[in-house]
Amino acid sequence: MPPREKRTQVTGPQTGRLSFKLASTMESVAEVEAAAEKLTQSAGMDEDESFRVVMAVREAAVNAVLHGNGYDPNKQISASFENNGKSLVITIADQGEGLDPETLPDPLAPENLLRGTGRGIFLIRSFLDEVHFRQLHPGTELTLVKHLTPPPSEDANKDLDTK
Amino acid sequence: MALTIATRQLDGVTILDLSGRITLGEGSVQLRDAIRDLISKGVKQILLSLGDVNYIDSSGLGELVSAFTTAKNQNADVKLLNLTKKVKDVLQVTKLYTVFDIYDDEASAIASFK
Repeated sequence: MPPREKRTQVTGPQTGRLSFKLASTMESVAEVEAAAEKLTQSAGMDEDESFRVVMAVREAAVNAVLHGNGYDPNKQISASFENNGKSLVITIADQGEGLDPETLPDPLAPENLLRGTGRGIFLIRSFLDEVHFRQLHPGTELTLVKHLTPPPSEDANKDLDTK
Repeated sequence: MALTIATRQLDGVTILDLSGRITLGEGSVQLRDAIRDLISKGVKQILLSLGDVNYIDSSGLGELVSAFTTAKNQNADVKLLNLTKKVKDVLQVTKLYTVFDIYDDEASAIASFK
């Protein structure tokens, strides 16, 4: 999935990185969602772009709690939120058995279009600029990146392309 | 905000006015139960009015799809009315916008069932 063209200008870099560990519950998902909303708002994102980022983060948290940890009270999810001035960087990790993103079926394929499940990772990839998977043994860590300003190298390439 | 569902009838069509979020643990199960209840009673024409649905996640999308396929299997129709920008955005990204019969005004939606 190529990066979305639309980028959001920051109002100013926020310092610090918020991180916490949470129980494998839907309450934790709500907490992660609220933190993501706060991050996008403090970055000055418009409502539509904020919705996409927050939704992607929520999907990642649901995956961690439900599919990763299976609501196991002995397992936690970790979440971190950072605005480094160029990007919003969010990580969500679980302590589950691990996820191979390459094995996920394409939800846009005609044979999968009417399936009731299987759209979470696709939405995450659609709504963010970068999504990285890391196997933790045990567990999976997703790093979600939303660019706030165009990277200089991309602009340079664009200039070259048009000449 | 959880999902609230109000049911009304108009010209033989059962309209569900949904308000709130259709997400895992909040509205998905309510929507599933409401649709199953209608289908089991033999209702054939169902219109989901989504004008006050401000959030949907992949689980909620799954419920909309399940409602659609469950209805089709019983020779019934589930159509959508008044999508908010956010719901429309998600339906377009997932290509589900092409699956559903979607309307912007209630009169046209009702007429489409005839």
